[in-house]
Order: sequence, then structure tokens, then C-alpha cells
Amino acid sequence: MIAARQIYAIVRKDLLLELRAREQVVGMGVFALLTLVTFNFAFDLTGADRAASGSGALWVAIMFAGLLGMGRAAAIERQQGAWEGLLLSPADRGTIFLGKLASALLFIGIVEALALALFTALFALPVLRPMVLLVVGLGTVGFGTLGTLFSVMAATTRAREVLLPVLLFPLALPVVISSVRATTLLLTERQAEVGPWISLLLGFDVLFLGIAYLVFGHAVEE
Amino acid sequence: MPAIEAVGLTKRYGNRLALAGVSLRVETGECVGIFGANGAGKSTLLRILATLVRPTTGHVRCCGLALPGQANEIRRLIGVVGHQTYLVDDLTAWENLDFYARLYGLRDAAGRIQDVLDRLGLGDRAGERVRALSRGLQQRLSIARAILHRPLVLLLDEPDTGLDREGRDRLQALIADQVARGGAVLLATHSVEFGSQVVSRALFLDRGRLAWERPVGEELAGELERQLRRRP
Repeated sequence: MIAARQIYAIVRKDLLLELRAREQVVGMGVFALLTLVTFNFAFDLTGADRAASGSGALWVAIMFAGLLGMGRAAAIERQQGAWEGLLLSPADRGTIFLGKLASALLFIGIVEALALALFTALFALPVLRPMVLLVVGLGTVGFGTLGTLFSVMAATTRAREVLLPVLLFPLALPVVISSVRATTLLLTERQAEVGPWISLLLGFDVLFLGIAYLVFGHAVEE
Repeated sequence: MPAIEAVGLTKRYGNRLALAGVSLRVETGECVGIFGANGAGKSTLLRILATLVRPTTGHVRCCGLALPGQANEIRRLIGVVGHQTYLVDDLTAWENLDFYARLYGLRDAAGRIQDVLDRLGLGDRAGERVRALSRGLQQRLSIARAILHRPLVLLLDEPDTGLDREGRDRLQALIADQVARGGAVLLATHSVEFGSQVVSRALFLDRGRLAWERPVGEELAGELERQLRRRP
């Protein structure tokens, strides 16, 4: 119960800060929209090609926008040592991780809602369906979990803009591949084949969440 | 039971030895000053006691609780003022304290926030964003944040930085109050003038080692000045 209140306090503060400064969602949203528009005009997409390229474009937009947002969030937190203020509080390190993850998922979720709406309009593909949304949700949790962990680690270094993608993408690759494959299968109406990919995504989410929760305390320690 | 008990603290950053076997004990109802030149290890020592840095070797107990195993419980008992303010620039003074009040699970948070703001002379600045406050007022707010949850132990690292005369007086009163109600204060400072007004015992760190320890007396200020000049 105490942990839930602390998580709520962290998310509430991050949301308040975002409403005040608008440093994350606007940048992430513009990046996602530009990516989708560019992909849409770059390729002549018809039939199955449209579904395959479309799902790739969607996940490029989501993941790079997420990367941008999580990197920025960690940098904001470091300003004036606000991050250390959080570490000085009695909140357990795992609770702080869950709070920061919840904030990241909230902001990425807002950007995804915009991106999915634009994607439907540009690519004329039915992404606003429960199964596609499930895949988007699972992929986001996996990617957001690793992103939250590594953005906090990278924020202490001078080369954080370079280090974050270098750390994040190799480990997130299973999530990226599973998400893109599952989305492509759903958009090409091959629902029967999507089960293993969703199971894989679920497995990686549980694995990453468990590991990140446990190692977060060590990752933030000097 | 001592408020702080540290035994044989060593901290190594790569090849550099920041602390070399420092042991200290701070009783309840006591304000102890840590003096020393830049790089003497004062901040490293306070950061270890504040649970932010893990020592390379050595043991720390705070109010009977041991680090690192009971770090979360210890964090409830300590209030820390550091080199940074630990505040969020784009939130107001009130919103910052409200955030910390929620993390500490304070009851009657609004009343307590108003109380600490008034004690630091910030009662009429509650609605202003931190970035709009002067450095001195930010420091006062940082002190307000540190005492918000009524900590038993205050760890103060150069808390008088940027404070004007009124701010220093308020800080001095606050330290006296903390000691009077049975709390403990560990204060690291360069300011011999300020330090010798509030501490009852002084420790002098020299290149990571505890060089000497003395009760405050008339000759202490002069001795501290000499030591600090010798190692600028």
C-alpha cells in the first residue's frame, strides 16, 4: 500500500512536470508523426508489403520516440540533483523503478495513441483492434522496462545520448523482432500464427521486469 | 544508543582514496562539525552516511540500524542537505514539498509543509517555481525539504551556501531546535565562523583521514583557520 502511494507520487510529479514544461510528449509525438509520414511517402505500399512495411514503420516510430522520451526524462530528473532527492526518500529502489516505469509507459502510451490514429489514416490498415493493441502494449512494456533501467544508468555518464541506444537496442532486439512480427501477422490476417510471438513477448516482459526490478538498486548506486 | 556510529570507513574511487579508515560517533542531542579543506572527504563521508554511496570498507549504524541492509528505514530517520538542492526546477516550492511529503507518507502534509515553509521564511513564496527563486531561497527550500519529515538525524553539507544573514540565523535556530529536542546534527562546512557557532564538537578531516577531534572552545576557531589555510 505504501509502495503504491509512492509510485502514485512519482507518476503524479512526472505528469505535473510534463504538463508544466512539455519537454517529453511534444518531442516524442512530433518525432513519431514525422517518422510515419516519411515512411508513408517513401514507399509505394500495396497489399502485403504495406502491412509488413507499415508495422516496421509503426515500431520504428514507437521505439525511437520512446527512446527520446526516456532519455529526456532521465536528464530532467538529474537537474539540480532531483534524482538524488528521490534516492534519499524511504521509497524502496524497486518502487522507484516501478514509478519511473509507470511514468514512461504513460507518456509512451499517449504518443502511441496519436501514432496509431495517424497510422490508420496514412496506411489504411486496421490497427485499432484488441489483438494489435495487445501486441503494442506488450512490446511497449518490454521496451519501456529496459529503457527505464538503461536511461537511469546512462544519465550519469557524459555520453548518455550515445550510450542509451547502444545499451538498449541490442538487449531489446527480441522485443523489437517479436513486436514487428506479431503486428505484421495481425495486419495480414494470419492470426493463427501470432500466438508464439505473443507468448515470446509476454515471456520477455516478465523476464525483463523481474531482472530490472532486482538490479535497479545496484544500477543507481555509486 | 548513538545517532550515528561509523567504524573504519574507507572509500576508494579507482586509484584515489577519498576516505581512509574514518571512524566517528555522534550522540543524540549533539551537533558535530566536520571541517577540512576541499577534497578532504567531508562530502564523501556525508554521502555514505546518507545511504547514497556504499563504502569500500567499514560499517555504519544510524539509530541502531545498519547499512546497507536497513537503508530504507534509515532514510526515514535522516534529513539531508547536500551540494545540490534535490528540488525540481519547474515545480513550485509547495509542489516540491508535497511530492516529498507523499514519498514519506506524511499525515497532515499540508499543515507540515506550511509549517516548514514559515520556519524558513518562505511562507509567501509557496506558489513560486523553484527556478524563479534566488539561490539563497532555493537553499532555504532545500533545508525545508530536509526537515519536512521530522528526521532524527540531520546531515548537512555546506548548508549555509548562498544564505543571507537571515537565512543563516534561521538555519542556526533550526539546528539548535534539532539538538534541543534530542536529535543529532552532523555538519560539514568550510565556514569556521558559522560552524563554531553551532557545533559542540569538531572533527578535522585531512586527505580522507580523521586528523583530530576536539570540543568547541575559544582556541578552536583559530586552530581551524590555521589548518584550513595550510591546506587550501
